Amino acid sequence: VDPAPFSVILQLPLFKFLLQIDHIVHNGGLYKRPFNEAFEETPMLVAVLTYVGYGVLTLFGYLRDFMRQWKIEKCQNAIEREEQKDFVPLYQDFENFYTRNLYMRIRDTWNRPICSVPGAKVDVMERVSHDYNWTFTYTGRVIKGVINMGSYNYLGFAQNNGTCQQAAAKVLSQYGAGVCSSRQEMGNLDKHEELEKLVARFLGVESAMAYGMGFATNSMNIPALVGKGCLILSDELNHASLVLGARLSGAAIRIFKHNNMRSLEKLLKDAIVHGQPRTRRPWKKILILVEGIYSMEGSIVRLPEVIALKKKYKSYLYLDEAHSIGALGPTGRGVVEYFGLNPEDVDVMMGTFTKSFGAAGGYIGGKKELIDYLRTHSHSAVYATSLSPPVVEQIITSMKCIMGEDGTTFGRECVQQLAENTRYFRRRLKEMGFIIYGNEDSPVVPLMLYMPAKIGAFGREMLKRNIGVVVVGFPATPIIESRARFCLSAAHTKEMLDTALKEINEVGDLLQLKYSRHRLVPLLDRPFDETTYEETED
Amino acid sequence: MDIKSMKNYLYWLFCQFELITCSYLMEPWEKVLFYTFNITMLVMLAYTAYIFFPVHISMAFQFSPCPQHSSIAYRVTAQLCSHPH
Repeated sequence: VDPAPFSVILQLPLFKFLLQIDHIVHNGGLYKRPFNEAFEETPMLVAVLTYVGYGVLTLFGYLRDFMRQWKIEKCQNAIEREEQKDFVPLYQDFENFYTRNLYMRIRDTWNRPICSVPGAKVDVMERVSHDYNWTFTYTGRVIKGVINMGSYNYLGFAQNNGTCQQAAAKVLSQYGAGVCSSRQEMGNLDKHEELEKLVARFLGVESAMAYGMGFATNSMNIPALVGKGCLILSDELNHASLVLGARLSGAAIRIFKHNNMRSLEKLLKDAIVHGQPRTRRPWKKILILVEGIYSMEGSIVRLPEVIALKKKYKSYLYLDEAHSIGALGPTGRGVVEYFGLNPEDVDVMMGTFTKSFGAAGGYIGGKKELIDYLRTHSHSAVYATSLSPPVVEQIITSMKCIMGEDGTTFGRECVQQLAENTRYFRRRLKEMGFIIYGNEDSPVVPLMLYMPAKIGAFGREMLKRNIGVVVVGFPATPIIESRARFCLSAAHTKEMLDTALKEINEVGDLLQLKYSRHRLVPLLDRPFDETTYEETED
Repeated sequence: MDIKSMKNYLYWLFCQFELITCSYLMEPWEKVLFYTFNITMLVMLAYTAYIFFPVHISMAFQFSPCPQHSSIAYRVTAQLCSHPH
């Protein structure tokens, strides 16, 4: 179904009113369920004050750099050696300035060492710094029972007891921990073959292949699939592994606006009509790179529209389900099942075992010819060590549990519990008045902080109240849009969530984080671009 | 009790100021420098306002459209302009 005429009709004000009544009939019925995604605009005053804060820090940064240069203050960061002072400077760019003067001040909120399994509660080692975060010393105390809102433990399989752990222990005593070879040489165990058949069955594809590292799955396999003379259309906010893989391949890369199907269609049209830049020859392959859930925004890809576009313009789709596998869909099969689509429409389904399965590694699923080709041509298969056997057993046991093949309904309950937790947590935070980005159903919940001092203050205050959160700033996010990112888990009970919400409420009042003015109505199936403006909720 | 809650509120306001201007993150000597600069600027502003406030108000009345307040002012400025020295 061609979505283009609908997008023209959607512009007319009269039809905008009609659309709000029956929102499921948009885009020719591509969506079988409501798609509620919202990104509230930054309030003007907050943006101005954030810039003021960064301005003050920049001035003090220049002052400190001046003092370090003229030896008034001891220089504790990395500098070039005396002999290299006349070479091209290494540490003069903005990122290094930012690291020296801003990041160091709030460094204690990151890299916190934990000393227990990262389940719903975790033990954090306490540390203090006597020289303003340049060095840390451990006090010897362990903060026990910190509610863990930062680990990617969506289904709660990060456990040190239970069936998964026992199975992994048995395999460890049988196979050992090391594989000592790459997949193509001597590292192909029967456990790997079993895993790959199981993954293919889980996803509903013909064949699958598993790799030792999720980042390496993306960065080493995209160069094997595309090369010079091909075109890659990549989302604006794609993960570093996809960007690295795309750059290493040597193909031409074009970026479309985040989750914006009009932008993607325009790029596809231009690619087909104009071909390669100088020779005007048609592109050998067009590959669209998208992710299932974008972990910094909490948004879900508009998969029905992407697949419709892919079919119309005859290009290929590479779907990175790192965060969405196990976390979306009624039986946890990912974003394809969430939208009720056919897995055969996605050419390359990639995912990781790190997030929902409590293990490590990544996989690629697709047609048998594709996977057989990747077995011989992927750098990861040829050079990288294959998965360790106990990790493989953890994945096999957890996957069977999610599918229900171990005879219990534990897996199904976990998936349902996660969906309930997600909806509850998001609804409560929005009611409190925080600005929350992303889709209603995504278990990744970014809470906007904006100001640099509040990044550090939020992390510290939450740890004082025994809740561990992950705060993110530049360069992972745009400079004024720093956020705290909560990752919900099926292992979180309602009591834990209520405790966490109470503390977040308190800290939100203390630090004045409740910026929301409830101005943006959740988007109803319309692509969000510069011609769409916010409506007030009344 | 009212004094205590007032003091708490003022302390909370000061914390907000610290968070917004990022003086929460500064080392003590940096805070001293920053607050000294801010207080100096504020004091100078207050002093300027105190000195010039009456003069500005009376000048504003003199140059206003109604003839009672402004007649002297216009004649004075006319004389000043016609006799340059």
